[in-house]
This record gives sequence, C-alpha cells and structure tokens, in this order.
Amino acid sequence: MNDQAQLLPGTLDLLILRAVSLGPLHGYGILLRIGQISGNALLIEQGALYPGLFRLVRQGLLKARWGASENNRRAKFYELTAAGRRRLREETDSWNRLAAAIASALSQRPEEV
Amino acid sequence: MKLVDLLRLRIATLFQRSRMSAEMEEELRSHIQHRADDLERSGLDRAEAERRARIEFGGHEKFKEECYEALGGNFIEILIQDARFSLRLLRKSPGFTAVAVVTLALGIGASAVVFGVLNALILRPLNVPQAQSLYGIQRGSDKDPSQSYPDYLDLRDRNRSFDGLASFNVNQVGLDTGENPTRAWVYEVSGNYFDVLDIQPYLGRFFHASDEHGADSAPYIVLSYAYWHSHFQDDRGVLGRTVQLDKHPFTIIGIAPPGFRGTLLIFSPAFFVPMVNQEQMDGENLLNARGDRWVMMVMGHLKAGVTPAQAIADLNSIGSYLEKTYPKDEGQMSFTLARPGLLGDQVGGPVREFVTGLTLLAGLILLAACANLGSLFAARAADRSREVALRLALGAGRIRILRQLFTEAILISLMGGAVGLWGSVVLLRWLSVWNPFPQFPANAPVSPDANVYGVAMLLALASGFLFGAAPVRQILHANPYGVIKSGSLARAGRRITTRDLLLGVQVAICALLVTSSMVAVRGLVRSLHSNFGFEPRNAMLINTDLPIAGYRGDAVPGMQRRMIDAMETIPGARSVGLVGQYPPLYAGWNNEMVFTDKTTDLRPSNAAADAGLYSISPDYFRAAGTALLSGRTFTWHEDKNAPRVAVINQVFARKVFGSIKNAMGGYYKMRDGTRVQVVGIVEDGKYNTLTEDPTPVMFLPILQSPSSESYMVVRSDRDPQQLAAAIRSKLRDLDAGLPCFIQTWNEAMNGALFAPRVATVSLGVLGVMGAMLSITGIFGLAAYSVSKRRRELGIRMALGAQRKEVLQAALGRPYKLLALGSTAGLLLGILASRVLAFIVYQATPRDPLVLAGVVLAMLLLGLLATWIPAQRALSIDPVTLLREE
Repeated sequence: MNDQAQLLPGTLDLLILRAVSLGPLHGYGILLRIGQISGNALLIEQGALYPGLFRLVRQGLLKARWGASENNRRAKFYELTAAGRRRLREETDSWNRLAAAIASALSQRPEEV
Repeated sequence: MKLVDLLRLRIATLFQRSRMSAEMEEELRSHIQHRADDLERSGLDRAEAERRARIEFGGHEKFKEECYEALGGNFIEILIQDARFSLRLLRKSPGFTAVAVVTLALGIGASAVVFGVLNALILRPLNVPQAQSLYGIQRGSDKDPSQSYPDYLDLRDRNRSFDGLASFNVNQVGLDTGENPTRAWVYEVSGNYFDVLDIQPYLGRFFHASDEHGADSAPYIVLSYAYWHSHFQDDRGVLGRTVQLDKHPFTIIGIAPPGFRGTLLIFSPAFFVPMVNQEQMDGENLLNARGDRWVMMVMGHLKAGVTPAQAIADLNSIGSYLEKTYPKDEGQMSFTLARPGLLGDQVGGPVREFVTGLTLLAGLILLAACANLGSLFAARAADRSREVALRLALGAGRIRILRQLFTEAILISLMGGAVGLWGSVVLLRWLSVWNPFPQFPANAPVSPDANVYGVAMLLALASGFLFGAAPVRQILHANPYGVIKSGSLARAGRRITTRDLLLGVQVAICALLVTSSMVAVRGLVRSLHSNFGFEPRNAMLINTDLPIAGYRGDAVPGMQRRMIDAMETIPGARSVGLVGQYPPLYAGWNNEMVFTDKTTDLRPSNAAADAGLYSISPDYFRAAGTALLSGRTFTWHEDKNAPRVAVINQVFARKVFGSIKNAMGGYYKMRDGTRVQVVGIVEDGKYNTLTEDPTPVMFLPILQSPSSESYMVVRSDRDPQQLAAAIRSKLRDLDAGLPCFIQTWNEAMNGALFAPRVATVSLGVLGVMGAMLSITGIFGLAAYSVSKRRRELGIRMALGAQRKEVLQAALGRPYKLLALGSTAGLLLGILASRVLAFIVYQATPRDPLVLAGVVLAMLLLGLLATWIPAQRALSIDPVTLLREE
C-alpha cells in the first residue's frame, strides 16, 4: 500500500467525473473504475467517496437513479449531466496545464536554469 | 440557485431526513455488499468478507454526516440541535441566564423606549396624505412660526410655490351644548385647511374657503373624532345641531376622521372652527391687525417640481414687498421652511436635539450592556474550556463550536430583547396617554408601531452577535492538549485581556451616565430653588374665564375687582393679586415692542426692546412675592383717565434707559405712540422659561391695559390647598356660571419645568441603569476572578497571607479597572454636560458636590459589587481547598 499516492485535495471530484464519463456506475463501481484507470496507484478511503458524490449531485454535475447491479443487487447509479461533461472538460484541461507546468519545473536541471 | 429554491431544498431535506437517511443507509450498505461479494469471490467466507468490507469502508457515521453536509441540508438541523443544547446549558445555570437576560432587557428596553419617542416625534410625519411635501413657514432669524392674519392672506394669495397655504391657531373656548358649559381647546383654521391637507370628513362635511365671507361669516364646527367619541358618545345626530361657543351660536357640520389629530403632534384639538370667526372667541377682531402675529403657523404642500429653496426665494420676495409696503408693522420678513408637526424649529429644534442626545445615551447603555454580556460570555467560555477542549480533541470543528456559542448568545439576546420590548411597550403605551399638564390637552402619541418592534428585535440580534463575538478568539486559539493536561488554570500573569478592556469601557460608560444624571438632577434642584422673581410657594393660582361667562368690554374690570375683593375676605388669604396674561412661567408670555421717548419713527427696527407685558392689579407684587426695589406700585385710581404709568424690571431699565437711576420717573413709548411714565422698579425674574436670558418686562395697571383673561394669585400663610374650597364657594357666590380652574402656583409651573424635569427623569433613569450595569459587570469579573484563583488564594493563606493581602490579590484588578473607568467616564461626563446646560437650567459639572457625588457613587457601586466576592475570597479554607484538588 505504501506505493500508493495520497490524493491532492479537490482531485477526487475530477476522478469521479472521469470515471463516470465512461458510462453509468454505482459507488463501488466508481471506486473500482478509478483503481483501474489509475493503475491502482491512488489511495482512496472507500467511505470518503460518498460525500463527494452527494456534493456533485447537488452541484448538478451528476445525476443518480436506482437500478440493479451486475451482482443483481439494488444500487444507485451515477451518470454525467451536460454540465458535468462540460466541467470535466474544463477541469481536465486545467489539470493538464498544471501538471505540465509542475513537471517542467521539477525536471529542470540546475545547469539549465 | 435562487435563494427561495435553496431555502425550499433545505427545508425539504430537513423534513425528508428520515427518508434520505434510509436511502443513504441503503446506498452505503449496497457498497459494502458489493465489496463483500468481491472479497468472497477471492476465497473468504461470507461473514469474514462482510466484516473486512465494513472495516475497509471506514467511519460509517462520519461519512453519513459528511454526506448530509455535502447536501447542505443540515443547516437548520444543526441550528435546532444547537438551540436545544444551549437551552439545556442555560437551564443549568439559571443565575447566569437571569443576569444576562435582565442586562440585555435593560439595554434593549431603554433603546426601544427612546427609539419609540424618536420615531413618533421626529421620524414619523404628520398623519396627512403626502406629508413629505408639507412645509410650515417660519419668519425671521429666530424662526418664529407665527404670522398676522393679513400677512397670511398676502402669503397665501401672492406665492407661486405652494398648492395652497392653510393656517391654524390654538385657542380655548367655552362650549355650551345646553347642559353645563365646559372649556375646550380648539384650532381656529383657515377655510381651506382641510382642502389643503387633503383630509376627507368621517361624517357630514367640512367647511371650505367658499364658506368665508368676512368676519364671523362661518359659524361652523368640525368635531375631532376623539372629542365626538368622548363628549357626544358617537351620536350621529349631532350633525346640524347648534351649540354655543362663548355665547355665540355655531353649527356642528362634520366629524374629522379618527386618524387626523390636527397639525401639531403633541396638541390635538377638541374641534375645528373657521378662523374668520375669531372675534367671537377672542373678543376683539384681529383679522385686520397686520402687526399682531397671533396665527400660530402657516403651511402648505409645495407644488410638484418646486424645491424648498425656490419656495423660500418666492416667499422672501413677498416678504420684502410687505416690508416696503407696511414699514410700521413689519419687522424682518425673511422666511424659512420647516416640518410643521412640532411648530417648526422653535419647538422642534430643542426636541430634536434632546431626543437625539437621549438616543445616543440609550445606545451607550446598550453598548455597556453588550460589553457586560461580552465579558460574561468570555468568562463562561473560559469556564467551559475543558469541555471545549474535549470536543475539539474528539474531532469537532472549531466553527461548529463557535456556532453553538453564537446560538447561545442569540438565544439570550432574543429572550432579553423580548423582555425589554415588552417593558418598553408598556412604558410607551403609558407615555402616550400621559398628559403632563392638566390645563392643556397636550400629549405625545408615542405608542409603539411596527418600526419600534422591528428596531428592537434587530438591536437585540445585533447585540447578540456583538457580545457573542467576545469569546471567539479564545476558542480559535484554544489548544486542546494543553488545556486537558494542565486543567483550567488562570493565567494570572496576563496583562490586559479582552474581558478587562470590555469591563473598563463599560465602567467608563456607566460613570458617564451617572455623571450626567447627577449634573441634571443637581441643576434641576438648583433651578427649583433659584430666584424666579416671584414666590410660587404658598400661593394658589385661579384661572377664571370671564368671556365664557358672558363678561365683555366694560363688564370685565368691575367683575375682576369684585373677584379680588371676594378673595380678600377669605380667612387666611394674606394678599390677592390679579394678572391679565399668563402668569410668569406658566405657558408662554405676551411681549410688545417699546421705544425710547426720543424715537419718533415707530417702526419695528427702531424698537429699544421687545418687552414682556403684564397687566396687573395694584396688589399683585405683594401677592406674587415680587420685590419692589424702588418707587411705588399702582393704585385702583390709575385707570383710563389717569396718566399712563408702568412698573419695570431692572433689565428693562438698563436696556431702555441705560441705567436704573435714569429709569425712575422717566418716559418710554408704546407701539401706538402712548407715552408711559415709570413709577417703580421691581426685581428681575424668570418669565417664559427657566433657561432664558435676563428679559425686559413691564407691568401696567390692569385698568389702563385691560384684559379679559384673569389669573388671580392668592397668597396665604397656611397650606394654600386649604383655601381651594373657600375660593370655589366665593366665586360661585359671585357667579355660578363662571368656570374656574384652581391649582397651586407650584403645580402651574409644571409647564415651565417640564423640559428640565423630563431631561432629569430620563437621565436619572439612564444613570440608574448605568449604575446597575456596572454593578453586575464588576460583580461578574470579581466573582469570576475569585473563583478562578481559589487555589492560589488558598496557598497564599496557607503561607500566612493576611486578609488585606488576600483581598488585594483577589480584587485588585476589578478595583483598578473601576478607578480607571470611572475617571474616564467622569471626564467624558464633564465634557458632555455642556450639552446638558442648554436644557437643564444651571447644569454645571464644575460643582464639587457633583464631582464628589460621582466619585462616592462609583466607590459605593464598587463596594457593593465586590462585597460577595470578597466574602467568598476571605472564607476560603486552605485546608479543605488543598484536600479537594
């Protein structure tokens, strides 16, 4: 577990949006999907997912409905709204810019400065 | 999201909590089940898989709580929770709660009462349509609102700025409806009065400008609703009835609507009569007397689009025309505009200043109460530091804890506000029916309205936030580990805490209030014992209304003489005098311009003085107790046929003749050119108000300067009250139909003393409130510091500290604060007293008695407030104490 990275504050929302953008998912499914797309490199406390989900629903970025899961259990499925899709695009762009800037800053060698 | 939607959502979430809670529960459980399914697939048995899944999930309840917060639905819920918790805490410490609520109730109550008065007298306009554009006209640099009737007509007909100008005058008449005649106060109003004000009759009709056809042409009465209700029992049959006003027939034609109480806020008439009929009520026709300014006020609505400045310019051009055309009658004819409700700036100005001053003081009281509560709350928060630390350690947010403290503060402020508001409503209701002068229908309609309720509750909430903020820093900086480890030890070494500062400020405010109330009380006491130029004690004042009883013209002097003679036969009556105007310090005065003997052009600008005028009987000075300094008084032989003579006061002598020596035997001229010889000089006195500057006054023989008004002064060696019955029966023997009003001269002076009395009483009340607040404040701090330092004091005692040293350690700080605060307050009070001197006669803080009184009062307050804490400190038993902890 020690090789898993702590999440930066605010990035959980982005990950949820990204996970859900690939198709409607229930909470546990979102967790699995994040693990899958991040190569299990991120540490997310399972319960901490839900306040984030509720917050996104309240902001109108996600919508939720009850349905049956692949295990044949009742579960709440989340999917993106149009606003959510737009937000994902914006956040992705700004994250990429930030990441690129940080990466470039950190990769400079002393003699190049 | 719109605010309404947000609110709806929040309220919905509040009520749907149980449903949502179930749903949330199901979702979380579904998550755990799915996880368990996976774990089971990897080889665990079901029970173990579910256990592991639950552990991996983390703090179930914590996440649920966070979900609620994410939904924003728990705002109201937390509020209710906090309120419940706070109520429980408050119930557990009833002493604290009671002190806090009472403290705030005092502050809010005082502010609400003062605001109620401010609202009624200054903020609320007259109850007429479009009151915003209604202005009264005042004349000259001293802003005199009175005009003469011809001037009123000129202003009304020549101006281009007003939609119409109406005028009114207050007068007293005898009303005879066939039963026993009563006296009533009326407005004599111009014919267009109701039309200019745009008032519609409640019943019947009003009179109009078209009803006026010269003197005495409109004998109509419009009753006020209140008078119709109280004197005619709401009888609709009064319309068309003819009644006698001063023995002249008038017809009742209408009833004014209930909301219309005339155009003076504090003086509502019994009924309205046309001004053109004034001769029938005054006994002489003043409609053509341009120099006689008896019309109380002229007012009207500005035309749409006309600014007050334009209107003033318009009026001033009429004024200069009048000055040029009638130089003999007109003085300075420049004009200003003012709100009419308080008779312009002459009355309104001082009232406004005083009420504004009171508002400031009430604000200070509220501030002191807040400071007091702030230090109480800070102390309470310090006492709860262990509990707060525990909650912080268990993971409660600081914001959440502050929220609970604020909820507590707001609860206290709401309770205090409610109690204070209740008290102020009772007081305001009482004030609005209170009639300070039995002889006038004067009262102030200050009953509270929605504004008062709103402001009081707003103030309560604001002060709740203010004193609730006192412990914020304490909570934000609290270190849970430190507090729990070391216990709540007082840090005696800290120099100045917020609490100390708050208490210091509060003591200063209270000392300021105590100082100003003492200055006011002392000023009033002195002014009651100062020299009025007459002696109000042991004298009765009898007001008879001869015109009402049908005495007119030449019948008056004979009757006056008979009344004096009758009074003189009463056993115990030492001397009897009669004055034909309001006696001094009663309800205003008459003044007339006088000229030096050399002046030939008798225009107002050439006048030597504007002197008070009293028509008196020969024995008046003896009855009034006015000292005759030189010369002689009058005899009954000084009548119309004798040379005109006068007795003057010293100021008159100096002003008109240059010195008292020159005045004796000298001559001066009246406005009509009559030469009058001075035969005597009397001491100066007070005539109109207690605070007036020394004023020139002349006394004329009543037979040479007749007046149908008669105020008799009966001086007695005994308690003058005992004479009242005899006076009444003697007057009844003379004429059973003669209305009379008997009171002691002291009572009659209520009018002149009203302003200083109101000032003194209100300042006194505020001073007592301030004193009470400082007692609770000092008590709070002292008791707190003693209880915090019990252990330290116990150790000191065990080590052999003497009582004195213990007290010094325990109470040194409260006393230091008291001393500093009092000094600051005293200095502020001395500065503020300059303002007081305008209202209260002889109010000066440079009075050793006041200074000593304040110091003594604050010292006593300190002793009183620290008595119980001191006892507590001294009764500490070191042995028990050390065993306890």
